[in-house]
Amino acid sequence: MKSLEELAKIRERMQNKVILREGQASTRVAVGMATCGIAAGARPVLNAFVEEVAKQNLSDKVTVSQTGCIGMCRFEPIVEVFEGDNERVTYVKVTPEMAKEIVEKHLKGGKPIAEYTIGAAEK
Amino acid sequence: MKELSLNILDIAQNSITAEADLVEITLNETETELELSIKDNGYGMSPEFLASVHDPFSTTRTTRKVGLGIPLLKLAAEQTGGHIELTSVQRSVDPENCGTEIKAFFRKDHLDFTPIGDIVSTVTTLIQGFPEVDYVFTHRICEAGSEKLVALDTREMRIILGDDVPLSDPMVLMWVRQTLEEQYAG
Repeated sequence: MKSLEELAKIRERMQNKVILREGQASTRVAVGMATCGIAAGARPVLNAFVEEVAKQNLSDKVTVSQTGCIGMCRFEPIVEVFEGDNERVTYVKVTPEMAKEIVEKHLKGGKPIAEYTIGAAEK
Repeated sequence: MKELSLNILDIAQNSITAEADLVEITLNETETELELSIKDNGYGMSPEFLASVHDPFSTTRTTRKVGLGIPLLKLAAEQTGGHIELTSVQRSVDPENCGTEIKAFFRKDHLDFTPIGDIVSTVTTLIQGFPEVDYVFTHRICEAGSEKLVALDTREMRIILGDDVPLSDPMVLMWVRQTLEEQYAG
């Protein structure tokens, strides 16, 4: 079994970083995780965001959260990106592959991917 | 739902909505049967709501008047010849012992048994989304005369991590994933 001592090491490593981190995140990614989202495949999408944000060292800037149903179940998995005062960007029918691309181009590169948004889907 | 682990994720979120700070997920598995329990210490359901909760048109959600979480779990159990059992004590009646428990019984040897699937992801997803809640996950597998126990208790983790590191930290989540996967493999 993965030992609890390893957990203690994680704590040691984290202690210095934590102080810097508080209140710094300016971008929030919300993944719809109600029954509709889960059934449509939101769990691997959420995991892809969590892993990719950590991998790209964006944890100080981006938080990944889970949200309920926003009433557009046919578009699930739905992912909303909130950035400061900018208008929110709503991505629809998101896959884990798209999630990685959104992290790379939008969260890291600052350019939303128009073709994955609800605006494009409704055309 | 393609996997029972997705039903479990869905149902456990009801516990969090009910303000539970402890959610216990227990799976007891033999070669032919699976017993699932999701138990919380949240504010419980009124007897009226409890009686109506099998009905998809009964829900706590506010975006629409349909809730499918429990009906979908019930369907998954009943299509194998199993059933679900619901018990609940309201906080207003007994604040010390309040909470809800859902038990589901499945026949694993039935053609329509939905595989458990990626239960490790369900546990990490719950911790990631709601790190302030404690989870006790226990999975007992008794097959071919041998018994395997996979277990995780976030209360033990919290003692070590203290207040400095949230359970939702990516490194902590990775630790959770690895410790569970090692137990399943071992």
